[in-house]
Amino acid sequence: MDVLINLSLNGLATGMLIFLLAAGLTLIFGLMDVLNFAHGGLFAWGAYSGTWIYATTGSFLIAIAGAILTGLILGLLTERWIIKPVYGNHVQQILITLGLMLVLSELLKVVWGPNQISASPPSYLAGSWELGNVIIIKYRVFIIAVGILVFGLVQYILKNTKIGLIVRAGVMDKEMVQALGINIQKVFMLVFMIGAGMAALGGAMLGPYSGVIYAEMGLEFAILAFIVVVIGGMGSFPGSILAAILVGVSGSFMAYYVPSLSLAVNMLLMAVVLIFRPQGLFGLKG
Amino acid sequence: MSTQLKLSEVETYIGQYHILQGVSFEVREGEVTVLLGRNGAGKTTTLRTIMGLNPPSKGEVIYKGEVIQGLPTYTVAQKGIGYVPEDQGIFSGLTVEENMKVAMKNNDDATKERLDWILELFPDLKKFWKKQGGLLSGGQKQMLSIARAYINENDLLLIDEPSKGLAPIVVEKVMETILQMKEKTTIVLVEQNFMMASTIGDKFYIIDDGKTVSEGSMNLLKEDEEMRRKYLGIA
Ligand SMILES: Nc1ncnc2c1ncn2[C@@H]1O[C@H](COP(=O)(O)OP(=O)(O)OP(=O)(O)O)[C@@H](O)[C@H]1O
Ligand SMILES: [Mg+2]
Repeated sequence: MDVLINLSLNGLATGMLIFLLAAGLTLIFGLMDVLNFAHGGLFAWGAYSGTWIYATTGSFLIAIAGAILTGLILGLLTERWIIKPVYGNHVQQILITLGLMLVLSELLKVVWGPNQISASPPSYLAGSWELGNVIIIKYRVFIIAVGILVFGLVQYILKNTKIGLIVRAGVMDKEMVQALGINIQKVFMLVFMIGAGMAALGGAMLGPYSGVIYAEMGLEFAILAFIVVVIGGMGSFPGSILAAILVGVSGSFMAYYVPSLSLAVNMLLMAVVLIFRPQGLFGLKG
Repeated sequence: MSTQLKLSEVETYIGQYHILQGVSFEVREGEVTVLLGRNGAGKTTTLRTIMGLNPPSKGEVIYKGEVIQGLPTYTVAQKGIGYVPEDQGIFSGLTVEENMKVAMKNNDDATKERLDWILELFPDLKKFWKKQGGLLSGGQKQMLSIARAYINENDLLLIDEPSKGLAPIVVEKVMETILQMKEKTTIVLVEQNFMMASTIGDKFYIIDDGKTVSEGSMNLLKEDEEMRRKYLGIA
């Protein structure tokens, strides 16, 4: 029983981190038709800036806020300088975002050195609670709570505000949104920034969870996030959290029971979804 | 009556295809100008060119005395041009209400008045206010698309084949509505249904192979069987 609970919580926490990365990817793809291969780089920048700010200021809260801010700023610059000139051209997008991914992770090494850096949670989030013979790691619960909070907040904005309405409409028909007098470029910029901010938040929370950060961590998580985007349905925000939980939890169980298959299971999940529901679990696009 | 929209020798490429090769026409304020022509003549492309969705490579598009070609689509729309595309452009995953809200620039009394007016014309929209746009019938989608273009204080509506795929009785309803809107705004109407075109149109232009080839008052065309046969394939 305690094993099951722990595997579930571990899977949920990992799922939430993947979700924070996948949410931006899916919205950016759904709205702008851009596959952003540099998204993992923003995640890694969140991890490094968060860890550095925490070490410098001693405040985990400031670190998290600083990481999000780093993500927002990098997102703004990326959208304006890198993505905007290549809207509508998929080949160029893939090449330029892959290139940016490499640049972002090399820059991390330039600034903070090539070695792994260790990271740990603040004292109030370290340790665990014991309920009978079940041990619950506090930091896991923290990640899950933040993930749910972010999901709720973004979902609320998408459902209840004009800008959210425009984003949802834009995922369905960009041309029509513009023909109704809305400057979709501004919306693109905003969504890209928010996506980058969420990715950076995910990265900043991953450091203390896994104990170390390194430049390539972004790429590893980005692969999982891409799988989640496909499973959840390109452009579907609710799909991204459900698929992320699915991938996180199944990965956690497989790693425990059948470690040799823990990577294959994600591919298998994706294949099954693609065969039976090519548009993903919640996909809007055909 | 003053000229509201004027296209002069407009040429538009889509990819490498030279689709419009000289489209010229004038739309006078308060009138319904009808664009006619066979399938593939370039009528839809002409409206898309005005909206900036397929910007022209040559020629001029002048709206209220101002050159608008080359402007981004949203700016064109903000100048007061409403667009009802051929495929209606309904956001299928949004409700009727949300489809209207995306379009609504303001939430003032004037907008509410227009909303009330249009919902009275299309009671179905009121009835299915919370229904997903994608689940509406073809006619209801058409009504929603027209209502959405009308909700802001637009001075010009571009409507692309509103009768397409609709049952005759629904066509009549749409026609009545456009007739009522004519009292309030200027309209450019693309229409193959000659009964509808001739009932509500004041002036006509025929587009053939990407060029305007003929123009005149609608009454003229009603009598010119020869011309109708030549360009429209109808008698
Ligand atoms: N995206 C595109 N790529 C290539 N050619 C196109 C494209 N869109 C339209 N065309 C071509 O441009 C020409 C004009 O098309 P358009 O849709 O403007 O005609 P139309 O007069 O509206 O026809 P219909 O009455 O069938 O709606 C057609 O020959 C069409 O095949
Ligand atoms: Mg057409």
